[in-house]
Amino acid sequence: MKEYGRFLFRCFRLSFHGDWRYYTWMFLLTAVALLGLNAYAKQFVHGLATTGMTDQVSWGLYIANFTYLVGVAAAAVMLVIPVYIYKNEELHDLVIFGELLAVAAIVMCLLFVTVDMGRPDRFVHLFLRFNFPISMLTWDVLVLNGYLLLNMHICGYLIYCAYCRRTPAKWFYIPFVFVAIVWALSIHTVTAFLYSGLGGRPFWNSAVIAPRFIASAFAAGPALIILTLQVLRWATPYPVPDKAINTLKSIVTVALSINMFLLISEVFTEFYTQSSHVVSAQYLFFGLKGYHALVPWIWTAVGLNVLALAVLFTPLNRRLMFLNIACVALIIGIWIEKGMGLIVPAFIPTPLGEIVEYVPTMNEILISLGIWAFGLLIYTIFVRITVPVLMGEIAIDTVYPLGSAKRVAPQPSETKGKYDA
Amino acid sequence: MSHRIYEGHGDPVCETRPGLTRRSFLRRGVGTAGGLAAVAAALSPLRDFDASEMSVAGFLQKHYKEMDAQEMEAALDRIREQVEARYEVRPEIRDIKPMDGVEFVYALNLSRCIGCRKCVHACVAENNQSRDPEIQYIRVIEMPRGTTDVEHGDHHYERATVPDEDHYYMPVQCHQCANPPCVKVCPVEATWSEPDGIVVIDYDWCIGCRYCEAACPYWARRFNFTTPKIPKDKLNPNMSYLSNRPRSQGVMEKCHFCLHRTRQGKMPACLEICPTGSRKFGNVLDPNSEVSQILRTKRVFVLKEQVGTLPRFFYYYDERDPISGYSDEAKGGQG
Repeated sequence: MKEYGRFLFRCFRLSFHGDWRYYTWMFLLTAVALLGLNAYAKQFVHGLATTGMTDQVSWGLYIANFTYLVGVAAAAVMLVIPVYIYKNEELHDLVIFGELLAVAAIVMCLLFVTVDMGRPDRFVHLFLRFNFPISMLTWDVLVLNGYLLLNMHICGYLIYCAYCRRTPAKWFYIPFVFVAIVWALSIHTVTAFLYSGLGGRPFWNSAVIAPRFIASAFAAGPALIILTLQVLRWATPYPVPDKAINTLKSIVTVALSINMFLLISEVFTEFYTQSSHVVSAQYLFFGLKGYHALVPWIWTAVGLNVLALAVLFTPLNRRLMFLNIACVALIIGIWIEKGMGLIVPAFIPTPLGEIVEYVPTMNEILISLGIWAFGLLIYTIFVRITVPVLMGEIAIDTVYPLGSAKRVAPQPSETKGKYDA
Repeated sequence: MSHRIYEGHGDPVCETRPGLTRRSFLRRGVGTAGGLAAVAAALSPLRDFDASEMSVAGFLQKHYKEMDAQEMEAALDRIREQVEARYEVRPEIRDIKPMDGVEFVYALNLSRCIGCRKCVHACVAENNQSRDPEIQYIRVIEMPRGTTDVEHGDHHYERATVPDEDHYYMPVQCHQCANPPCVKVCPVEATWSEPDGIVVIDYDWCIGCRYCEAACPYWARRFNFTTPKIPKDKLNPNMSYLSNRPRSQGVMEKCHFCLHRTRQGKMPACLEICPTGSRKFGNVLDPNSEVSQILRTKRVFVLKEQVGTLPRFFYYYDERDPISGYSDEAKGGQG
């Protein structure tokens, strides 16, 4: 126990050490996070009137980001499945970075939900009268926090075992890994059910929402991991084989294709039927009665997704630069599609046919950026700690903190068997 | 790679020797102080926070259904004090319970409504809604003849005189559904159906997630995006816990059929003000009530029947019912 305390203390110290790139990056993130905190303090005092939301469009940027990040968190499973079910060798040493990303993403999700609450001070009411299992929101509370705990346990245990130069006990984490696989699907399914279960919102009331959520998450999430792994390769000596990136590339390609297929199915059903259900989709894609704030957004998203698909389906994707362009395009494309494209239009027009458009305020944007910065901050710290620990450079038997003088680090290939399955 | 993040920043003092030197001490001190100052600066807007209505007792207050009579009285006392401190009016506030054998329904005569919006404003005055920004529970939609689809309606009609010959008017407020989606989705049970059919909100329990607002197919719920403002002389001092007592920032509210009036045998404010008699209200369990008669004999419909919410708010027309043979004495309310 005392040793564990020392481990945490060393992790804490480690997070304050790095080269100039690390300091610049962390300083930037801290600054943006503090700007967000400042904006939230204003919102806390003056209420959600500081946002662009209205009674007509009562959910906006916060819930959009929340939805997107649930997908990012769920996508960690796309590293876990190849490794633990298909015994993929290349991704073996990288799976933990996906799980850490899930932890950071869930923390961001919880923050986005919290800033969206009108009375965050009454948070405790969730424990006193929990409308389970009737309200899908209670399901979401359970599955998100459960997923956070599962991933924290798996990552924390593996990292601490590597720190202690100990082989992890399989029974103490493998069962959790398999539970987490199913759980990852559940977080995004439940989040989709949150919307698709509302009969009063025809735009959401569609069975394809949940599968589309999963498909888009499994495209955007691994794309984000592809970029993250390259940053890891650039900033640390941790080995990231090209083969791993290629495996992820195939996953992204398949998931994005399925996502586009589901999108087309939905658009066809809406527009070919031409029933009164189509109004929100009409507003989103073409504008309605002279209102078309979202039209440029959704076509940008469609354009970016098609661009990504074009790169992924042609030999272009063998060049890392083009692959990265595709990844960035689809990360942004899916963010728009699931954010502005899925949350906002369901409110326009209102169930009574009134059209009020939604534009986020600067304060709202700052809070959102602040939460993203905070999420990236904690993810950077996770990576900062994990890399030297997994490489055996920081361990129970190395000298005080960073141990650059006395390095008894075995190479990653030697440690591999120790800290992982 | 010559620079490796994990190798540290190149200051050998920090890395290899625990214990402080003057330089590292200063650096840490300045860093910590700077960080704390930045956090304090970020939080500085909190100085404007109005904590006058925050109290430990308020924080510990139980859910409406869990309070016993004594606890309810304590809660009401607290509300009295807060209202008095804020509006300089001593309110008559009670927790008025539903009556036995009563289930309220509303019936609205579309042939008679002239779209004057008097109900909208009577409601605001009765129920202590915020005046700035103004929150209204009733929305009157100007509908072109030939459709009942609200998509074709106009919410913001401004006419010197109403009604307009080519339109009819459809007021919409909370339908007090028997299968209410808003109640289903609330994560903390802050909203529920009362035995007399009224869907109520415990304003002291609502966490402000606005899921109910997203779930309502009738756009009946309103959110206090900021602290509601009511001029002191406009406050209605006759209040009850579940209806028209002043709300706080960040909670939901909506029409509750004026339960502080109707549970004491009075009619809702919107009905009382209506100059055309388009609005009918009463106990559907009493076969002799006016609403029971209307449901039996008129051509009644509910809005968005397909969403399965089973509203207790009915619309009807004045035409003679060929089946029952019942005919209206007062016809031609188009006026």
